[in-house]
Amino acid sequence: MVLAVLVLGVVQSVILLQFDWFGEAAATEAAPIDTMMDVTVVISSFIFAIVCVALGYALIKWRAKPGDESDGLPIHGNTKLEIIWTIIPVIIVLGLGGYSWAVLDDIEKTDENALHVNAYAQQFAWTFGYPEDGNKWSEGVLHVPVNRQVIFDLQAQDVIHSFWVPEWRIKKDAVPGLATDAVVTPDKEGTYQLVCAELCGIGHTTMRAYVIVESEEKYEAWLSKQTTEVPTSLLKTKDEYLEAEAKEQEESGGIEGSGVVEE
Amino acid sequence: MAAAIRQPGWYRGAIGLVLGAAFGFGLVIALRAISGLDLFQTEQTGYPHVVVPLITAPFGFLFGFGAFDYWFRWAAGKPTIPEDHSGHGAYSWKDYFKFNTDHKVIGTQYVVTTLFFFLIGGLLALLMRAELAQPGAQIVAASTFNGLFSTHAVVMIFLFIIPVFAGLANYVLPLMIGAPDMAFPRLNALSFWLLPIAGLIFIGSFLAPGGAFDAGWTGYAPLSTGAPLGQSFFNIGVQFAGASSIATALNFLVTIITMRAPGMNLWRMPLLVWANLSTSLLVVGATPFVAGAQFMVFFDRILGMNFFNFLEGGDVISYQHIFWFYSHPAVYIMMLPGFGIISEIISTHARKPVFGYRLMALALIGIVVLSYSVWAHHMFVAGMFSWLRVPIMITTLLIAVPTGIKVFSWLGTLFYGKIHTYSTAMLFALAFIITFTVGGISGVMLGMIPIDIHVSDTYFVVAHIHFVLFGGSVFTIFAGIYHWFPKMTGRMYDERLGRIHFWGTVIGTWLAFVPMHWIGMDGMPRRVADYATQYGDWNLLISVSAFALGAVQLVFLYNMIVSWRFGPKAGNNPWRANSIEWQVTSPPPVFNFDEIPRVVGGPYEYGTPGARHAIMGGEDEGAEVPETKPSTVTAPS
Repeated sequence: MVLAVLVLGVVQSVILLQFDWFGEAAATEAAPIDTMMDVTVVISSFIFAIVCVALGYALIKWRAKPGDESDGLPIHGNTKLEIIWTIIPVIIVLGLGGYSWAVLDDIEKTDENALHVNAYAQQFAWTFGYPEDGNKWSEGVLHVPVNRQVIFDLQAQDVIHSFWVPEWRIKKDAVPGLATDAVVTPDKEGTYQLVCAELCGIGHTTMRAYVIVESEEKYEAWLSKQTTEVPTSLLKTKDEYLEAEAKEQEESGGIEGSGVVEE
Repeated sequence: MAAAIRQPGWYRGAIGLVLGAAFGFGLVIALRAISGLDLFQTEQTGYPHVVVPLITAPFGFLFGFGAFDYWFRWAAGKPTIPEDHSGHGAYSWKDYFKFNTDHKVIGTQYVVTTLFFFLIGGLLALLMRAELAQPGAQIVAASTFNGLFSTHAVVMIFLFIIPVFAGLANYVLPLMIGAPDMAFPRLNALSFWLLPIAGLIFIGSFLAPGGAFDAGWTGYAPLSTGAPLGQSFFNIGVQFAGASSIATALNFLVTIITMRAPGMNLWRMPLLVWANLSTSLLVVGATPFVAGAQFMVFFDRILGMNFFNFLEGGDVISYQHIFWFYSHPAVYIMMLPGFGIISEIISTHARKPVFGYRLMALALIGIVVLSYSVWAHHMFVAGMFSWLRVPIMITTLLIAVPTGIKVFSWLGTLFYGKIHTYSTAMLFALAFIITFTVGGISGVMLGMIPIDIHVSDTYFVVAHIHFVLFGGSVFTIFAGIYHWFPKMTGRMYDERLGRIHFWGTVIGTWLAFVPMHWIGMDGMPRRVADYATQYGDWNLLISVSAFALGAVQLVFLYNMIVSWRFGPKAGNNPWRANSIEWQVTSPPPVFNFDEIPRVVGGPYEYGTPGARHAIMGGEDEGAEVPETKPSTVTAPS
């Protein structure tokens, strides 16, 4: 039985490790998370193997023959065994907990030279502000330089949204009335998608933005061409927000899913 | 006719419903007129002339239907109607449509009603899967889609899984502990009748302007506080379902604590009783939180309060804390009764005592205690206090330990047993161990913060909850229904059809829910009506499997309905089980026992010659049966 568990556990692990579960990686934060997933997959494979083998073994060995009306052995338990299968899982989960904590600390370390980018989420679009390098703005397209840590300061204008670039492995909710941030160090040039991961209304499915990771020079060149004018779609203050809200309601006779209670 | 109207029942109920609705409507109009406001306020978060009748009409119906007659007479000091037991037992199908106070009738009412809502919830899921079979928008609009997954979840959680367990336990638990009925039979009947009301309100929200509630079953503020009228239907429906749940849990607690047969000490209670004791502790403690959260959203919407309005100093995140303080324990409310069912079935069909019975009971209590400390693992990326994440992660991971104890103990129960697999109930119980283990493992992954940061709000979460709730809870529900069907109906179901249902369900579950893990990890968010084309093939497979899974449930329904009417007589104890409910006739007599049984030993004394769990009344009274001590045989090496 032990042998069967080992064989099944190893076979499962080998098969499951062939897959790139989280897909392409494009940030330095991805590697420790992906490794963690692999470790968890191996441990899980063995636990799953134990359950499957024990069940299969019992079914083969102690299946009653038709017409057999006798009972099994009256075993009520085994204290030693019960202690073992309490203590070992405690050790495993505490180990996983400690490991998670270490990785969490690792991926959330911030760099003094990090670039700060403001990401504003609203139904159903993303707007980005670059407070450093002259207060530039970009609507629907996010440009960041490669190999430099970026801290996204998230702000939601109406309801909760969530900032997620699958290739970066990092996700954080943008919450109205609360400052949150996401720390990412993109390490691979390319075009990705920013996905809103928190249900935010009827347009949730389509609330995406382009993410372009490029070299420092290209990024600087792009940034210099951006406007310093605050995009009209972005409503910075409460008053402006309510004003626009009222205007929009006047025009359309009510909008769906707004977060504003009538005053 | 006049007499029929005065009697409690459907006529008086219908009149009460109309009067209740008229009262609520009139109250709103009158108050608005006095205040000099427009009579009708139809902003989407308003509609007082709809939401107030939505509260008053159900009460009108319940008054008319007779739910409060006895209490009102008693409270008014009038002579109460002496109990003539006309509300006990069911002699024709019509008796199931009355305010019946017999726990067995109520149990059946619960199971049948919840299976009806299971079908509705399933159809909503299939509509969703039809839309998701191909990338792009085909069948429903995005707003309708959001309504579909919201109502699917709410119907399945509040009107199927939670109450179906209450229904099964309603039927068998008093029998199991040797009680003539539940502690509060009238409260029990009221608990049941609150359920269809909640169901109709949830489903009725599709008729509201703006469509059904569409902020997810989680109803996060401020999306929910600004959503169309349907959201108010959700806020109110949850109150009825929650009240039903709380009242039933109180009833179970009092019944279990005070009404056990003589000799049934705590360590002689079957594990199903332990499981319902634990579940009830969770329901009583946690359900008020979801009721509170929904009231706060409701007040924000209707009364212009600002609990969650960030523009007026409301705190958006606090909604999630209050909501999950119920809704994480709710996952265990939906699982612990199933654990109890599995323990009963595996022990009976493996002809062996449950391995480590006391640790099994303590594990349930451990889950109850721990489950109050894990709510915030739903909020690792929500922007809550970052210091709270690691402690919550540790408690979340630790809850895998008592759960693991249960899985290993079930496996230990099988060892050295005589395992019978002729019963569909046992097949579902065995399959449950495997599928639930998968759900447990993905749960541990989700508990680890760095993994959770990537996979939260993706299809990985959808896969996890469906492995836990479908592969877990629903499998135990099927197992429980098959196991106690002969006791409840007195007839046997068709095992051949049972096997078709079993294999169809197992294969359908794996094909439908396993690929969800993969697409979720690869980047597909949940709650979307459309997705990137690269996920098209997997989604097609999921949709086809979901339809097959839905279709095979028709076999189950056919089997249940036809066997209830035409199945062969089952006999009192077809599974040769030890617990008390199997020692009475099938179906049991109206008052359960002529004489309360005397409990003399543990519930699972299989394999010990002469061991007894209980001595039934009417058995030879003279013979002194010795108290049975658990034997101390250890496993041969």
